[in-house]
Amino acid sequence: MGFLKRSYAAVIFAFLYIPIFVLIVFSFNASKSRASWDGFTLRWYADLFDNSAILNALYYTLSIAVLAALLATIIGTLAAFAMYKDMRPWEKKIVMNLTYLPVLNPDIVTGISLMLLFIFMKINLGFLSLLLAHTIFNVPYVILTVLPKLRQFDNNLYEAALDLGASPAYAFRRIVFPEIMPGIVTGALFAFTLSIDDFVISFFTTGSGINNLSILIYSMARRGIHPTINALSTLLFLAVLILLLAVNRRVVRDKK
Amino acid sequence: MGRRWLVYPYHTWMLLFTVIPLILIFFYAFTEPNSTQFTLENIRHAAEPVYLGVLWHSVWLAGLSTLLCFLIGYPMAMILAKSSVKYRNMLVVLIVIPMWMNFLLRTYAWMTLLEKNGPLNAILLHFGLPAIQILYTDYAVMLGMVYNFLPFMILPIYSVLMKMDQSLLEAAEDLGAGAWTSFRRITFPLSLPGVYAGMIMVFMPAVTTFVISRLLGGGQYMLIGNVIEEQFLAIGNWSFGSALSVLMMAIILVSMLFLSRYSKEGNGGGMFF
Repeated sequence: MGFLKRSYAAVIFAFLYIPIFVLIVFSFNASKSRASWDGFTLRWYADLFDNSAILNALYYTLSIAVLAALLATIIGTLAAFAMYKDMRPWEKKIVMNLTYLPVLNPDIVTGISLMLLFIFMKINLGFLSLLLAHTIFNVPYVILTVLPKLRQFDNNLYEAALDLGASPAYAFRRIVFPEIMPGIVTGALFAFTLSIDDFVISFFTTGSGINNLSILIYSMARRGIHPTINALSTLLFLAVLILLLAVNRRVVRDKK
Repeated sequence: MGRRWLVYPYHTWMLLFTVIPLILIFFYAFTEPNSTQFTLENIRHAAEPVYLGVLWHSVWLAGLSTLLCFLIGYPMAMILAKSSVKYRNMLVVLIVIPMWMNFLLRTYAWMTLLEKNGPLNAILLHFGLPAIQILYTDYAVMLGMVYNFLPFMILPIYSVLMKMDQSLLEAAEDLGAGAWTSFRRITFPLSLPGVYAGMIMVFMPAVTTFVISRLLGGGQYMLIGNVIEEQFLAIGNWSFGSALSVLMMAIILVSMLFLSRYSKEGNGGGMFF
């Protein structure tokens, strides 16, 4: 690379990383003001763990993410299996397009359409609606990670199991499932990260008193900048980074 | 075909959670509030100059941000594609990582940076330069859009450039084309599907955002997303909110069709169509 190219790349990376870096640095700043550095402190992190609103939001974020990822993984895996095995080609095409639709739709449209649906179905907006919404937007991503694994799967093994008298459910559990397991785990991790990260859809489908971290950050940030949010951001960034590395390692290993 | 017991639950799932919710938006957009009476009143209301102005403002800001992302991102995609194999994957991962950071935090980070007494101004003052105050203006909103969505432009262009047949460039060189000519006549036209995909991926979230404008733009600079959010969560006029959403979806659909008409010609690179 020439000098010019190197500098250009450096400027772009600086642009991408300086805001994150600043956020992390100021989470350790003793001064509330961002114009000065008054020394190192862990005070904002301590504040974080005394703050019941934040701890509640953390609890909801994690429980929703775990449950939604679990549900979406089960539903998505079964759906992918159905699409792979039992659908006619034209049917598969329509179903694939409909599966992609929520991935392509703007988040705000998905959010308000689910909110309308829940109210229409008389589901109270709260924990249940939030969990359902997260499961719904996670399912397509699980399908999209599991389906390629199924395509690699040798269908003769499944047919052989059926010929030997296994029920479809038994054959799925003992033959197909172990083979596509890596894809399923990747899909589950993917769903978990998306769920932790989501703001817009949660914002429209939650009820009073049920906040996840994103919603809390949004409402806090609107009121003004506070170092506690910086501390929270730093921890959240680290969490997502660790998860991402885990997913990435899996994807690399799956490819081998 | 005897094992369709797995197929129907997913059909039901999709009908219930993908199709019906969208139908509901259209239903609310074309009926009077609290009744099932068909009406075009909501759409007419949404097409009033005030709201068309907001819509235009959103399209304008998102469009400018998309253009900026293209101008900044294209050279970066080329640099990535031409970097040595040893570093390439690491560089791409470095582009991806910020994308995985919570969208709100990335926007919030700019609130911190751009603050009146924030670090950016502290540095500027330190070097005797005048402080800049763009927080809560359109410039900050555009900055937020470019920052958040730049990777969405770089990555599709990069992936198309990587797939490009290098022998075409060698042939051009053998035939006496200079670097600029071979870029203009070969590289750029072949990379267009990636450019269009990138434009869709930047424009769509930018034009529908309500977070960036709310945090960086301040109250008076509202985008269409803010108006829709307000109708649903503050004012409670779902019919009007739905009508605005329908209008917004129409704009997105038109721009996507416009872009996809071009991206089809390049075949394979377009991510969506």
